[in-house]
Amino acid sequence: MAVCIAVIAKENYPLYIRSVPVQNELKFHYTVHTSLDVVEEKISAVGKAMADQRELYLGLLYPTEDYKVYPSHMIIVYYTPVCMFFILIENILLYRHTRYGYVTNSKVKFVIVADSSNTSLRDNEIRSMFRKLHNSFTDVMCNPFYNPGDTIQSKAFDSMVSAMMVQAS
Amino acid sequence: MGYSLTYQPLTTQEKVGSGSLVGDGVPPVMSVSSKPVLFSALFTSLYTPLAQQLPREPMEWRRSCGRAPKMIHLEANFVQFKEELLPKEGNKALLTFPFLHIYWTDCCDTEVYKASVRDNMMRWQGNLRLHGSADWVIVVVETSDAKKKNKTNILPRSSLVDKIRNDFCNKHNDRCVVLSDPLKNSSRSQESWSAFLLKLRTLLLMSFTQNLGRFEEDMRTLREKRNQPGWSFCDYFMVQEELAFVFEMLQQFEDALLQYDELDALFTQYVLNFGAGDAANWLGSFCSPVKSWTGLLLRRPIDMEKRDGIQRGQASLLELRSYLFCRQCTLLIFLQRPWEVTQRALELLHNCVQELCLLEVSMMEGALDCWVFLSCLEVLHRIEGCCDQAQLEANVSHTVGLWAYATDKLKSLGYMCGLVSEKGPLSLELNRTVDLLAGLEDEKAETVHSLQSPYKKLKEALSSVEAFERHYLELSHAAVEMYTAIGRMRSARLIGKSLAEFYMRKGDPEQAESFLQNALRSYVSEGWSLPVTHTRKQMAECQKLLGKTENYLQTSALLAGDANLTNEERIHFCQEILTFANQSTDSKGKQPKVALSMSSFAQLKQLQFRPATATVHSGTALQVELCLRSLMPVAVPLEQLAASVHLNLEQGETNGKTRGPQRRPYPGTVLFPLGNSSAMPPSAAGPSLELEEIQDRSSSDPRTLNSTGMVCKNTHLVMRRHDSSPSPDMPNLVSPVPVVMDDGAKMLMSGDVTVLPGNNSIVFSSQELGTYTLRQLCATVGQVQFVLPHISPLVQYEVYSQEPQLTVEPLTDQLLAGLPQRAKVRLQTGHYTVKKGDALQLTNIDSMPILTSSSCPATILNSTRVDESVLFIQSSDKVTSISLPPTPPYHTLEFQLEVLCVIPSDPVRPENQRLTNGEIHYRPRSYSHPDNHMAAINQRMSVDCPWSIYSTPISLTFYIPFKAKHSLLSAGNRKYIQVCLQNVSDVNFHLMDQRLTEKHHESSLELQSLNTKAQQLVCSKQSVYCVWDVRWKENMPVCLQCVFSASFSSASEEVSAFKPYHYEFQLERVTTLYSVRAEIMPAAGQQNCHSGSLCGLEMSITRLAEPDDDEEDGGTEEKGQTETEEVCSTKLMYEVVDYSSSWVVYGRSSGLVSMPADANANHRVQVELMPLFAGHLPFPDIKVFKYLPPSANSASQPDTDGCVENDILSLMDRPLDDQGDTASFCSQGSVHSVGSGEQQSRVLPMPRLEPFSPGQVFNHSQGCQVLVLPSTDDHVLEINAT
Repeated sequence: MAVCIAVIAKENYPLYIRSVPVQNELKFHYTVHTSLDVVEEKISAVGKAMADQRELYLGLLYPTEDYKVYPSHMIIVYYTPVCMFFILIENILLYRHTRYGYVTNSKVKFVIVADSSNTSLRDNEIRSMFRKLHNSFTDVMCNPFYNPGDTIQSKAFDSMVSAMMVQAS
Repeated sequence: MGYSLTYQPLTTQEKVGSGSLVGDGVPPVMSVSSKPVLFSALFTSLYTPLAQQLPREPMEWRRSCGRAPKMIHLEANFVQFKEELLPKEGNKALLTFPFLHIYWTDCCDTEVYKASVRDNMMRWQGNLRLHGSADWVIVVVETSDAKKKNKTNILPRSSLVDKIRNDFCNKHNDRCVVLSDPLKNSSRSQESWSAFLLKLRTLLLMSFTQNLGRFEEDMRTLREKRNQPGWSFCDYFMVQEELAFVFEMLQQFEDALLQYDELDALFTQYVLNFGAGDAANWLGSFCSPVKSWTGLLLRRPIDMEKRDGIQRGQASLLELRSYLFCRQCTLLIFLQRPWEVTQRALELLHNCVQELCLLEVSMMEGALDCWVFLSCLEVLHRIEGCCDQAQLEANVSHTVGLWAYATDKLKSLGYMCGLVSEKGPLSLELNRTVDLLAGLEDEKAETVHSLQSPYKKLKEALSSVEAFERHYLELSHAAVEMYTAIGRMRSARLIGKSLAEFYMRKGDPEQAESFLQNALRSYVSEGWSLPVTHTRKQMAECQKLLGKTENYLQTSALLAGDANLTNEERIHFCQEILTFANQSTDSKGKQPKVALSMSSFAQLKQLQFRPATATVHSGTALQVELCLRSLMPVAVPLEQLAASVHLNLEQGETNGKTRGPQRRPYPGTVLFPLGNSSAMPPSAAGPSLELEEIQDRSSSDPRTLNSTGMVCKNTHLVMRRHDSSPSPDMPNLVSPVPVVMDDGAKMLMSGDVTVLPGNNSIVFSSQELGTYTLRQLCATVGQVQFVLPHISPLVQYEVYSQEPQLTVEPLTDQLLAGLPQRAKVRLQTGHYTVKKGDALQLTNIDSMPILTSSSCPATILNSTRVDESVLFIQSSDKVTSISLPPTPPYHTLEFQLEVLCVIPSDPVRPENQRLTNGEIHYRPRSYSHPDNHMAAINQRMSVDCPWSIYSTPISLTFYIPFKAKHSLLSAGNRKYIQVCLQNVSDVNFHLMDQRLTEKHHESSLELQSLNTKAQQLVCSKQSVYCVWDVRWKENMPVCLQCVFSASFSSASEEVSAFKPYHYEFQLERVTTLYSVRAEIMPAAGQQNCHSGSLCGLEMSITRLAEPDDDEEDGGTEEKGQTETEEVCSTKLMYEVVDYSSSWVVYGRSSGLVSMPADANANHRVQVELMPLFAGHLPFPDIKVFKYLPPSANSASQPDTDGCVENDILSLMDRPLDDQGDTASFCSQGSVHSVGSGEQQSRVLPMPRLEPFSPGQVFNHSQGCQVLVLPSTDDHVLEINAT
């Protein structure tokens, strides 16, 4: 279904990015990066009204001749897992700092790039892909050993993304 | 005369001279047909007002299928009735469909009617019925002229109408309308005219709705057949477009657009199905190779040329799409939605590209690009044509996509046609250009005269390299500007980057550089590593061409360490640096070295000090081990690796006090945070906060907290603006920041190091004195230097030099005087080496001899090891010399000395004495130990050391373990001396040989010891009392100077090395002068005293000794007085005081007694007392003072005055304290009166009282008790519970 799936941090650097035809990786990076323009524009345009919604599917926003880019951005509510380790406490403190310090809510963006020639893809399929991605991402965030802001190296997340990509081909 | 009202498109309009009513597009026009014979006469006169007034009033149009009703204006085209006009069976043309047939007649004559009109009508009706048309109306026009003309055979008007109605409208009476005098201006005629119009509209709309419904039904049926073999999209297209035209004519653009959208979706679905393998037959025509790529044409409302093609089934995919979009565009512009056009255009173009691919339409390479380019520009032109500049600027976000797309396409065309390369196009490419231009065909008539048409642009751009460049740059810059204007910086950067690529191809790296820099900055700041690498590679190429050596080398260094590149590429870039480095040294050696940032070359991971304290004394080597992680793919031989250090001046000498590195968890190891190891871009990661807790405690009570808080120590870093100035620590930004080398700084060097990929360990060592901060790190490879401009966190180390230090401290808690004590001497050699023969010279002090032994063991220790050694002590008269064993520097030599402090026997301090070396020796100061009140003695001595010309003063404090007190005891005339020796130390002692001797050894005096034990144990904090009986034969000496001596030794020591202890004291006026005897006698006639009743105290004061002795004791003043006044008597004052409050003195409690001077003189005094309680009551105290009457010159002696006053006051105070004792108070006053009687005239005639020294007055009745019985009063029962 998807040819490229990316998770972009609040600061617009990639937390995770993977694409299926490896030789085109660079092009996907450029594409995803450029699509952030539209995502940001959308977010700022819709502004507060969107913040109330839970999932924020932005729809097909950045079509190109070859690919369709479906970005989505979301507000992640961080919550503290019951079992805390010392490392975690430190991280959470750091995180809270950033949160209260200069950014009110953390906007992590998901971008799915689909091949334009793949015409069977429907909107609700994309939606469900985003939902899956979101759930998996939440699991990653819940991992007490994960540092918010680090690149995602979770195997579970990776395999989930692979599954979404394999479905396509 | 029959007229038929039909709808017809303008193009099929026939001979009727009715003008079109509405402007562009297909106007809804009604045509009227009439019989040629009568047409001009009747209808022509009515036509104009009819055509004008019909659309004037809107009608409500109720629609089927639940669509909302709408108000529409009907316009009609009137066409003369012809049989051919009537629609045949299966005719789907809606535009030419006659909706309403009108038969006009102005016949008013029944005869005429019967003769011709009726037949004519019949035939007309027959024709209509034949074609199943039920929409007709008969209009009877009445004119007053006609009436007048045929007045005779005229029938009543109604009758003719009735006739017609009767003949034709059996059911529909409303199908016959009378129009009276339509051309007159009377109210009647107007009424009928408007009624007619209303009727006409209603009928027309009815017919229209009906026919439209039928048409839609048919259309739907046709669509349902789409899966049948013979179905053709093009045919269906024509049918549905008919509907769209109708809606458009009715100005229902929304509905019209819907028809086209449906068609669009249907077609798209077919194409998708084709892609999925379900090919429809009719699609074959669209799969044919495309030969023309003229682009969209949006200037015409209807592109009939293409429409014909579709109708014929010969249109290509692009033509169909173009036509469809053109119609949609027209309608959208009618709807005032130009921005939807741009959006749809982009979608269309993307979609077409995909569809062509799906349908596998063969097309010349580049043809599609041409089509897209032309189409983009055409859409943009069309939009520009219908919007003003302000609108366009506000909606740049809608158009910019098209601009960018056009730019992109033009670029690919340029590359394809060889217009980008420096050399110009090859012949192959020229051929391709010609082919492409051929496909453009001729320019359309609409744009021939426009200078800026897309067609012209493309043609021009493809014609020459220069023109291409101009057009491409124009488009690119426009797109970049637009993107920048709407804040889509990333898109702008991407276009900028492709511009840079273009410039690079053109061989113009100068132009390219800034674009690449911008793009690179954007990628770096957002942490996109792959684009960073790619752009940086282009950057390197650009910089190489530009000859910016330093920048190129920096970029190369970054690329060589870039993990995204393949190993070969990395090695290539690494070699670039190495080649440069080596080549420059060969040719021109005097060039300044190129300084690059170290962070691209290697990362400083860790720094370790050996020893871990990072503090060493001079002479030993401090090692600093750096762990460098080289990012280079190959081993790099470094000529030198240097760490520049900064000497901290302000810190001063710390002399080995460790600080800094030791606070860290791993002593001596500094870990450096690895920059950019994670994906965090520098802007996001930023410097981490360094927080520290602060607490403000109040100065008075350290347990109280005033405030607490957190401070950020590096606010200047955290709060810094991220975008404006790149921080020097982040040199992987676009342009290398100038790296400043500290010149002339001290360096730690390490030469000829080969840095292998991965972790390397480099060791420096430092020996120079001082506290240093590591500042920079610099690796030199030939002409290239990699510099780490700052080492953060701060790392310091210290090499210190220490002066030799000599300290002497007690081995135990306290040094006790009088006993041999051990003191530890510690010599810290510092930088001084103790050679053989070096000796310490101690000056001897008499009060503190050093108990020498010829040799004593010594230890020489280091932080790591301990050595044993021996030192020798020689003692001479004045100096004790201690020869030290050889000791290396920065070692500690320790040994013990045994010293003895002689306890000073007398509390009197001798004069300052000079030491043997001429120094003034201050008497050992004695003071009290704060804890156990031991008297302490400070002993100072001075030591001459071999390393210094000055002698070192050393002070030791000794504590005297004993405290002695003496007291004189009397029993009548007999005297005893008691000495109390208290052990105040913590040690137990054995005490023996206590002796008391008189200093002057008076023969008449004998001190007889009453102590039995020879040796005694005095435990800590306990006392020993010794008593001596004093006997004398002749006169008792006035002053006894006694010396108490004893020997003591520590109880813990087995060997009885008894040391002497002396205590000197002096006793004066030992002899008893007076004895006082008191007796309490009950009241007369009673056996015992009773409480509450008076009894008498009789005291007798007896002089025991000769007064002469007494006179000598008194002051000269007293002596004088006694001689002048009364030679043989002494005045005494007595006082009866009861401190236990069990007696009340009645009357005088005190008084003066004049004692005769001869021995055994006696004086009796009686005082009345009353006991307050019953029981054995102790006697009240009786005090005797010497009374010195005020002298004449006493007033001039303030000293004595003060003294007297004090005494009086002290006397006065006492009764005041005890308010109840009024009697004594009264008696006090009487004392005064005695004194005042004599010296009233004097200013300060105060008498003086002087107490006797202890032993001079002996009280016989001291401690006596008297039995007091309870009072006889039975009523009061007194119970004393004690």
